[in-house]
Amino acid sequence: MDSYKLQVHHISKSFPGVLALDDISLAAQSGSVLVLCGENGAGKSTLMKIIDGIYQPDKGEILIDGKKVHVRSPIHARKLGISMIFQELNYIPELTVEENLFCGRLPVRAGRVDWKTVRKRTVELLERENLHYLPTMRMKDLTVSDIQMLEILKAISIEAGIIIMDEPTSAITQREIERLFSKIAELKARGTCIIYISHKMDEIFRIADDIAILRDGKVVESRPREELDIDKVISLMVGRKLDSNFPKRKIEIGEEALRVEKLTAPGVFRDIGFHVRTGEIVGFAGLMGAGRTEVMRAIFGLDRFTSGEIIIRGKRVRISSVKDSKAAKIAMLSEDRRRYGLISVRSVRENVSLSNLRQFIYGGRLHGAKETKFVSDICARLDVKTPSLSTAVEALSGGNQQKVVLGKWMLSEPDVLIMDEPTRGIDVGAKYEIYKLMGDLAAEKRALIMVSSELPELIGMCDRIYVMCKGEISGELARHEFTQEAIMRLAMGFEKRTEEAS
Amino acid sequence: MNAIGKSRFTWSSISRSYGIYFVLVAMIILSSVINPNFFSGENISNVTRQISVTTILAFGETILIICGLLDLSSGSVLALAGLLSVASYQATGSMALAFAVAIGVSMFCNYLNAIMVASFNTPAFIATLAMQAMARGCALLFSNGQNIYQIGNYTKVGQGSVGFIPIPLLFLVGFFLATWYILNNTRFGRALYAIGGNQEAAKASGINVNRTKIIAFLVNGLFVGIAGVLFMSRVNAGLPNGAINYEFQGLTSSIIGGTSFTGGIGTAGGTVVGSFIVGFLNNILNLANVNSYLQQIIRGAIIALAVIYDIWIKGRRTRSLVKSAAAR
Repeated sequence: MDSYKLQVHHISKSFPGVLALDDISLAAQSGSVLVLCGENGAGKSTLMKIIDGIYQPDKGEILIDGKKVHVRSPIHARKLGISMIFQELNYIPELTVEENLFCGRLPVRAGRVDWKTVRKRTVELLERENLHYLPTMRMKDLTVSDIQMLEILKAISIEAGIIIMDEPTSAITQREIERLFSKIAELKARGTCIIYISHKMDEIFRIADDIAILRDGKVVESRPREELDIDKVISLMVGRKLDSNFPKRKIEIGEEALRVEKLTAPGVFRDIGFHVRTGEIVGFAGLMGAGRTEVMRAIFGLDRFTSGEIIIRGKRVRISSVKDSKAAKIAMLSEDRRRYGLISVRSVRENVSLSNLRQFIYGGRLHGAKETKFVSDICARLDVKTPSLSTAVEALSGGNQQKVVLGKWMLSEPDVLIMDEPTRGIDVGAKYEIYKLMGDLAAEKRALIMVSSELPELIGMCDRIYVMCKGEISGELARHEFTQEAIMRLAMGFEKRTEEAS
Repeated sequence: MNAIGKSRFTWSSISRSYGIYFVLVAMIILSSVINPNFFSGENISNVTRQISVTTILAFGETILIICGLLDLSSGSVLALAGLLSVASYQATGSMALAFAVAIGVSMFCNYLNAIMVASFNTPAFIATLAMQAMARGCALLFSNGQNIYQIGNYTKVGQGSVGFIPIPLLFLVGFFLATWYILNNTRFGRALYAIGGNQEAAKASGINVNRTKIIAFLVNGLFVGIAGVLFMSRVNAGLPNGAINYEFQGLTSSIIGGTSFTGGIGTAGGTVVGSFIVGFLNNILNLANVNSYLQQIIRGAIIALAVIYDIWIKGRRTRSLVKSAAAR
């Protein structure tokens, strides 16, 4: 076992309400690439943040070169030879290339920064790695892949024996990916241990020496690449237990409520086309960053799109603000309710009535009694548990906060209700209530769109599912075609299906 | 089944909502003990006249702070509006015109503030700081730095009475009612709280954020303009250098009255009480012959305490939320 560069033994970590990592053990060798894969929320990033010292594990230990270490902080991790390249590149736009490289560890002589040494070492590094940047260029003038390369350079410059890359290819082009891969090959040859997180199967099988699959905070499999194939990896990733316990109702599906055609926002999503009918619950599956939320935000008037049509009940509508979408009877529950859904410091009453105050205004005056009546009716229907309608929503639990947001949009009697991750961060009981409510809303001849990263709930609740991948709809599945594998294959862009499955 | 229970009236919830009112009452009692002259009709009426102008500014600040904005220009805009109003009264003898000029000038200045903030995304702090300098400069330029005296019946507004009630008190009550009504009974009021509480969520709820901010500044402009007439009328002159730092007195009253600088929280009642606390404090310190330099130190310390208390209460609330969530 001592030949391993990095080992983690029995690591567990929990956050309030969730066990993020459950007894994880992994090992990686020098001069090899260990690929970690798993669904959104499987625990990959949490594990990497523990190795990088951002989080402390509740249990378990980390060994480097066979010696037990306690990684106290990211700075300490650098000293131990661990370097991390984040999915979201973090750099300071106004810094120059050389300042960025030595950020946080500028050499100091007699109390002053030793710029001469900085310049000398920067030039040396750039030459050695065959990169052509001026040390005085500012970060903001570089492209994403340049910055990616500099991050790698930074990792090399601290003589990191272990480099962690969290989805490094999510923002760069094919040519740049090739550059990255040749760099990885070089690093491997030099004996660096690389841990690489990715969703992309083609990449995984190109660069991996070993593949570890995480699911629900556990390592479900860890093997050399040769012993695995794509199908095997996918089925291991999605092998979550399917709960048959969804309150799915049989509802007659009516006419078309919303149709979207060729909706495009360059660089975000393109050629999005789908439709929803009354009484129908349509799911949107996809990996993080596939563009699902962005499409919904555009339809709801929060973001712009450059071309395409939104058609409500056969009529084209122009939507450029929430005012327009409200008029078209579209409502949207945001995935981030604290940021886009709630005014936390204000009362339940004010939050619920916020987007429909007009109906309580008579001659410019807000009719408080009528408002209270409507709000308390809605809250009773949704079973919102709150001490009073005047309680600030920040005092409520996550599930009840979500019901408040839902109540706000129900008050507007929408024909089309978009729910983006409606059950994120709420407990099982509240989840079930939301599912039941979705059925009720569909039965009232509303059209529902449910964006979710949890495959079981999509499979349990939807009539049809669209799957998105890299800003496009990669497939559409009818209820009898629903399997976690089928959805995951489409989400990873493995097969493109265009035939209509209605 | 209705899951909404009755609101529980605990000591802590009462002290949180009404603590400021207790402070005012305690202060009145204490002051009466320190100096028996304090609680005389004449003295109270005096204090009311003194604080009327800054209280009106404080209402404007409250409306803006709730929405996540503020106005650092109100003192100098007041001076400019009041000065031009006095000048136009001298020229025409029309009080109606005097009011119209004051309101017009002040609303125009605040419209510029609004444009800078809403259309050009300038922070309100910077935009209104710029307006502070510009408006003061305009006032000095127009008057060539000279005060305007002999303003005749212009003084009636600030110094007169209806029966035994001083006219400034009537204005004060009027502005209090207007602010209270705006904050509690209009869509605009709710939009202010929503934007200050969470601008992104307000936008996602279909609230027109920019329009609301513009209207907030215009309402503030109306308040500041009328305060300008009251001020010049009280001091019996057109003073281009008048009302310096009044914006800070307005801000102080608003904050002591419980308006939260993080936005989304504040009331008309709290503001008026905050203003009276400041007014009574100055008054009793004067009656007790406290050194005027020392008075400044005391005023500063009270602002610091009020804000520390506000943040402490919020922290305690968050901690108790975390605790109750963990217990769940």
